[in-house]
Amino acid sequence: MTRGNPFPTFPSRKTRAVSKWGDRIFLVLTAVAAAGLIAVLVALVVVLYHGSLPTINALGLNFLYTLTWNPQGNVYGIVPFAIGTLLTSAIALLLAIPLSIGAAIFLTQHAPTWLREPVAQVIQLLAAIPSVVYGFWGLIVLVPIMRYDVDPILANVLGWTGWFSGRHIGLDVLTASVVLSIMTVPTITAISKDSILAVPRSQKEAALSLGATDWEVSRRAVIPYARSGIIAGIVLGLGRALGETMAVTLVIGNANVIPTSLFSQGQTIASLIANDFFEQETPLELPALLEAALFLLIITLAVNIVARWIQARFQAGRAVGAE
Amino acid sequence: MFDRAMRRKLFSHGMTILTGATVVIVLIPLFWIIYESALLGGSVFSLGFFTQNIPAPCSAHTGVTCSTEGVGSAIQGTVYLLLLASLYSVPVGLGAAIFAVEYGGQRAFARAISMAADVLSGVPSIVAGMFIYALLIVYEPAIVFSVFSGSLALGVIMLPIVMRTSEEALRTIPHSVREAALALGISRWKTSVRIILVGALPGVLTGVLLSIARAAGEAAPLLLLDNGSLHPCLSVDTVCQSLSLTIYLGATSASSNYVAIAWGAALLLIIIILGLSIVSQLVLNRTARKWGQGS
Repeated sequence: MTRGNPFPTFPSRKTRAVSKWGDRIFLVLTAVAAAGLIAVLVALVVVLYHGSLPTINALGLNFLYTLTWNPQGNVYGIVPFAIGTLLTSAIALLLAIPLSIGAAIFLTQHAPTWLREPVAQVIQLLAAIPSVVYGFWGLIVLVPIMRYDVDPILANVLGWTGWFSGRHIGLDVLTASVVLSIMTVPTITAISKDSILAVPRSQKEAALSLGATDWEVSRRAVIPYARSGIIAGIVLGLGRALGETMAVTLVIGNANVIPTSLFSQGQTIASLIANDFFEQETPLELPALLEAALFLLIITLAVNIVARWIQARFQAGRAVGAE
Repeated sequence: MFDRAMRRKLFSHGMTILTGATVVIVLIPLFWIIYESALLGGSVFSLGFFTQNIPAPCSAHTGVTCSTEGVGSAIQGTVYLLLLASLYSVPVGLGAAIFAVEYGGQRAFARAISMAADVLSGVPSIVAGMFIYALLIVYEPAIVFSVFSGSLALGVIMLPIVMRTSEEALRTIPHSVREAALALGISRWKTSVRIILVGALPGVLTGVLLSIARAAGEAAPLLLLDNGSLHPCLSVDTVCQSLSLTIYLGATSASSNYVAIAWGAALLLIIIILGLSIVSQLVLNRTARKWGQGS
């Protein structure tokens, strides 16, 4: 932008002085807002770290590898909840990935054109439904179905694996995973769809000209090209699943133990915070919960940064490929 | 039986059907949730449901009659929460977006602000709740459990959504518009406010609506910070009920009428949130078309 006014008589000197000050004030105000946004992010880490100092000092690294959570004995270990969080998120992704990628391929490659946009937008409505509604629906509708219909079948068919043993209660790791998978589908579908749409036409046309069928075009020309974008979508979905609270809390059974099968009651880090916050028994429990929140924050931030990094690399690669 | 080309063609059609089936499977939970809420929530909808406050828990032993009217105090609490949360998140988010787009000259810094917003949008809502708790318990312990503290946590959740959608809206204004305004001698801040921001206003409003839709359904931070009152709210330093927590109450309370009330609250929330999402999507589509033609 060039400085100076090529028409000295307009605007007048006075107007220019006013706008100069206006510019400065406006710059400062917006800069303060931008700094405020970054400050919130920094404050999140600092405040949670400061709040969890009592347990960090008292327990040190024990917090990260102790296998039990026993407030009366002043024993606080994150392991059962870290396992609960990773297990529910992993199963949720296992269920959501094929569905989301299948939906993304159908909506970009195979569906009639008039159907694509409306259906894609309806799938996005899944992301708009509040997590507490998912949890409530899961508790009232899904839990009885899992308990009386799904669990017995799974125990019969897959009982030999050892993953499906124990009483059929319905309030368990498996139900929490199913609810989480429903919630991660819109994220993975949307980002996979966008990255498939970003595949250059020439890529598809080349495959078609070689006589490939529709599926072979998707499988061999489109998906490999969109792979990193799809992975970024999966990682973002993982980020959403890891931190989900209300939906999980209402269906996981809330037992502070390491789950032994998918029918075990369990607890994720987020559901631990929601459950134990109002049942603090000792002065050290609050800092322990704050440290659990800090732990969850660091994991989700790391997962999100990895996802953005993959996405940025994907876009950079695309820019090079377009030349 | 079939030759190779035929097999490949059939396999391709089979995969079309299979991927189409995944779309159907994905949509089943959406319609299931909407169906249950409409059925069970719709049956408690009445004038009293929207105006009466949440009733006391009922049981056969105490002889309190089981009323399913209503969620008036929860509606009021949710409105308070969203108004307060917008009050902090909209100016900060919009300001940061303007700074990133209009003054983000050195692109690395502008990208750092967007990156910070992206990262912030990945923060779990329960962590935002613990953050506000840990912050207020040190500086203002008197209001740590209040509608004000709940709205602060919702503000943290809304901030990155407002910032990112506003940023994208501001970026849709072609650079030539900025240059034209500056060439006419209009000062930079007036260009930003009167020309760029006005042009991007539909997109910015869309972002604000989307962030409000997101915050309206949040329950996790409110569970920690603004939980436990059935009564209408009187001031910002008192605890108020909200629609999202009314659903949680229905899931955890032994009182039978709370389940019916929770379905009603769920239906009301779904109508509000899907309404906001659809309206904002329509606005966005329309503006995208407008600028698409202009450039």
